[in-house]
Amino acid sequence: MNFLNGMTLLLVYQLVGEVTVRLLAVPIPGPVLGMVMLFLTLMIRGRTPAPLENASTALLSHLSLLFVPAGVGMMAHFDRIADEWLPITLALFFSTIITMVATAGIMQVTTRWFSRHENGGGQADE
Amino acid sequence: MNEPAIRDIWVYLSASPLLGLTITLVAYGLAYRLYLKSNSSPLANPVVTSVAMLIALLMVTGTSYSEYFEGGQFVHFLLGPATVALAVPLYQQFSRLRQIWLPVTISLLCGVVIAAGSSIGLAWLLGGSTEIQMSLAPKSATAPVAMGISETIGGIPSLTAVLVVATGIVGAVLGTKLFEWMRITDDSVKGIAMGVAAHGIGTARAFQVSSQMGAFSGLAMALSAFATALIVPWLVDLIGI
Repeated sequence: MNFLNGMTLLLVYQLVGEVTVRLLAVPIPGPVLGMVMLFLTLMIRGRTPAPLENASTALLSHLSLLFVPAGVGMMAHFDRIADEWLPITLALFFSTIITMVATAGIMQVTTRWFSRHENGGGQADE
Repeated sequence: MNEPAIRDIWVYLSASPLLGLTITLVAYGLAYRLYLKSNSSPLANPVVTSVAMLIALLMVTGTSYSEYFEGGQFVHFLLGPATVALAVPLYQQFSRLRQIWLPVTISLLCGVVIAAGSSIGLAWLLGGSTEIQMSLAPKSATAPVAMGISETIGGIPSLTAVLVVATGIVGAVLGTKLFEWMRITDDSVKGIAMGVAAHGIGTARAFQVSSQMGAFSGLAMALSAFATALIVPWLVDLIGI
């Protein structure tokens, strides 16, 4: 029952998210709004119920499996990908590397900067 | 061998979701075992191997993607509740997040803009069509979110899903090497970069490095899904496409 209750809760939040997004015509995907609402609920309640924790751990620990059917969808787009393979592959490859390196660099610099700032206004040595 | 009986069975199976669902799980199970056998080498990423196995199988048997998806959709559907489930690690890491919320917010916002901007820009420079640029723009967000955004801004949602998976694979395979090269040792920094650039597939990889990196990657993936949904349609408007 435990897992089932947790799963039901996740689906209820997704459903409420999807309905709200459509009613208010906001440009956010339903599951994302569901996630935000669940997060706020957890903040208000102050703890994670065990069934919810079970269901979310189960789903998130097999997260990469969930991408497999979408990946197989590549075969439905072979023509499109063959037509524009150069911009698709290069833009995808380099943009991913640029994003990863830039985000890590910015995070590294800002973390240092703010922790130094807290520990005595930029006086700390490297 | 009784040929007509086999054909009848095949007709039954190709019309039912049972086969598509089962082969998805079996292929993933095999791919995962292979991955463990390779000492968790990022090159043997289970998504790559299972997708390759499934495409090969479908092509050999002459099965179309839509027939396969009859069954595959049950696995695909779970991406929705999995997105909602991200609220749980987000909540559990909240106290740690509160300490570093400012660096996280800055890196996240920059990361989301760089991810979308660089993919649109590079695709445009290389002569990609607008449809391709728009399909690439949300590629660093997790699949259900990226597909929703792609639809809003004029991309092809199902192509975006493929590009999202490919992005996650590139990030998961190269991420740890890149961080090594950049001499980054802090798991929270690595996790945030992984989650922003390579969503769930990167997060799955991050959990294998350390649970702290995984938690931060999950957190970054959840926050950047939200930020991408808010920022990318607006960014596209701004660039004026």
